[in-house]
Amino acid sequence: MKKIDFPPEESMYRTALVELLYQLADDDFILAYRGSEWLGLAPHIEEDVAFSSINQDMMGHAAMFYQLLEDLGEGDVDDLSHSRKTNERKNGVLLERVNGPGHYLGKHEFDWAYTVVRHYFYTQFKKVRMDSLKTSSYQPLADVAVKVRMEIYYHLLHWKTWFLQLMQSNSDSRGRMEKAVQRVWDDVDSLLCYGPNGDDIVKAGLIEAEDKLLQRWKHFLTPVFEAVHLSIPEKLKPAAASGREGVHTKDLEEALAVLSEVYYMDTTASW
Amino acid sequence: MSDTVINQQTEAENYKRFMKKIESGEKIEADDWMPDDYRYTLIKLISMHGISEIMGALPEKEWVPRAPSIKRKLGIMAKVQDEMGHGQLLLRVTEDLMKPTGKTREDIMQDLFSGRLKFHNVFHMEAPTWGDAGLIGWLVDGAAIISQTNMLHASYGPYARALKRICAEEVFHAQHGEAIIMALAEGTEAQKTMVQEAVNRWWESLLMFFGPADASTTGSSKQDTTIKYKIRSKTNEDLRQDFFSKYIPRVKSLGLTIPDETMYFDKEQGLWVYRQPDWSKFKDIIRNKGPKSQERLQLRIHSHSINAWVRDALSQ
Repeated sequence: MKKIDFPPEESMYRTALVELLYQLADDDFILAYRGSEWLGLAPHIEEDVAFSSINQDMMGHAAMFYQLLEDLGEGDVDDLSHSRKTNERKNGVLLERVNGPGHYLGKHEFDWAYTVVRHYFYTQFKKVRMDSLKTSSYQPLADVAVKVRMEIYYHLLHWKTWFLQLMQSNSDSRGRMEKAVQRVWDDVDSLLCYGPNGDDIVKAGLIEAEDKLLQRWKHFLTPVFEAVHLSIPEKLKPAAASGREGVHTKDLEEALAVLSEVYYMDTTASW
Repeated sequence: MSDTVINQQTEAENYKRFMKKIESGEKIEADDWMPDDYRYTLIKLISMHGISEIMGALPEKEWVPRAPSIKRKLGIMAKVQDEMGHGQLLLRVTEDLMKPTGKTREDIMQDLFSGRLKFHNVFHMEAPTWGDAGLIGWLVDGAAIISQTNMLHASYGPYARALKRICAEEVFHAQHGEAIIMALAEGTEAQKTMVQEAVNRWWESLLMFFGPADASTTGSSKQDTTIKYKIRSKTNEDLRQDFFSKYIPRVKSLGLTIPDETMYFDKEQGLWVYRQPDWSKFKDIIRNKGPKSQERLQLRIHSHSINAWVRDALSQ
C-alpha cells in the first residue's frame, strides 16, 4: 500500500487515522497514569524504581501519539491529554480500571497481582500492535512505532518475569494471580478492538485486522501460559463497552478529575 | 600477658591506624576494620538519610498524578523515582555496615515504623499545592545539595561514592523545581500567590533543615563526632549560612519575599542574621509529631503490609 505523509483533509483516511491515534495515545496515557499512582508504594524499592521507568516510557509514548494528533491539527498535546471529557476518550476499558479500591494517598488496596497481569497482557498486545504499525500506511506513525518497539522489549521482559515468578510461587500468590487473570480476561476484549471505525482503520492500511493481532497475541501468550499450566480461553468474553466508542466507567471519570486538577485551575496559564 | 590485655592493645593500635588513615584522606571500605563508634554513627546517619529519601518521595508523590502537563508529569515522576533510587542506594550502603550486627533492610523498615528511626524534618510537612511540589524540588533539594556536598569527601568510601551520584541528580532536581517555580513566579497573580504562600509555608522548615547550631537546642548532636571522623567538614550553622548566601538572592530575584523581615547580611561578621525557628517544634516534628508525620508513616506501613505477600512469594 502507498505510504502517506500528509492525509488529505476531510477524507475517510484521515478520520480513521485520527480515531486510531486517539486509541493509541489514550491507552498508554491512562495506564501510565495508573502506574504513576503506584510510585513510592510498590512491593519493594527496586521495583519502585524499575516500574517508574516503565511508566515514564509509556507516558512518553502517549506524548508521541498525541503529538501526531497535534500535527494533524487536533489540538495541543497537553489539552488533548488533560482536557478531553470521559466520553471523548478512546482507551480500552481494561486500562482505566483502578489499581484496587481506595485512593493513592490513603488506605488503598492496590493489587499487585492485578497490576502484573494487566501490564503483562497489555504490553504483549502493545508489542503485537507496534509490530503491525511498523508497516502502517501512515509513515509518521510507522516511524513512532519503530521507536516505541525498542523500549517495549524491556517492558515485556519485566512483566513476563513477574508473571512467571508470582504464578509459580506459593499458593497464596498463585491464588491471587489466578483471580487477577480472570478479571483481566473479562476486560481484555476492550483492548483488542478498534471500535466503530474499525473497518475503515484496517481498509486504510493503518494496521492489520483485529483478528490477526488477536491470533498473534495469543500465540505469544501460549508458551507462557503452558509453563504455568493455565489455558487461554478459546473465545474472549465480549466487552459490554470497550471504551473505543467513548463509553467508560466511573474509574476513568475519577482519574481524569485527579490528573487534570492543576491543569483546570487555569487552562490558559503556563505551568 | 592475658588475652584481654592483648586485645586492648590491638584495639588501641587498630584505632590509631584507623585515625591515621582517615586523617591522611584515605577511604575506609565496608570490610575494613573500624571502631564501633564509627560504624554506629554511620549506620545512624546513612539509614536516616536513606529512609528520608524514601519518606521524601511521599509529599511530592501526592502531586505526581496531578502535575499540570505531560512534561511536568514526566519531570516529577522521574524526580520522585530518583529519590526512591537514592533511598535504595543508601540502604544498600547501610545493609553492608549492618552485616556484623545481623540486621537487614526489614529491620530498617521496622525501625522506621516503630519510630526508632527518624526521618528528616522537611518530610513531615504538608504540601497542599502544586507550588509546594515546585518548592520542594527547588529549595529542599537545594538545601540537600549543600548538606550532601559537605560529605562528598566522607572518610567512608561507599557513602562518599553514593553521594557523588546523588548530588549529581539533586542538581537536576533543583533545576526541575526552579523551572516549576519560575513558571509560577512569572505567571498569573494566582500563580504568584501560590508560590509565595509555598515559600512562607516552607521557610521555617528550611531553616530547620540543617539542624540546630549546637547540642544545647535538642540535647544531643552528632556533628562533633561526624567532624572528628571526617564524615563531614562543616557545622550545621556553616551550612545554613551557605544556603542563605546561595538562595536568598535567587528567591528575591523572582520577586518573592523572605518571610523574615528582621533578616539581613551583617557585613562585618560576614554572616546572615535571621530569626531562629521554633526549635521546640523541630523536636516534636522529628519525634513524628509533625503535621503529616503520622499520615505518611501510616501510608508507608500500609503499603508495606499489603504487599508483604509479594515479598513472601519472591522469597519462596
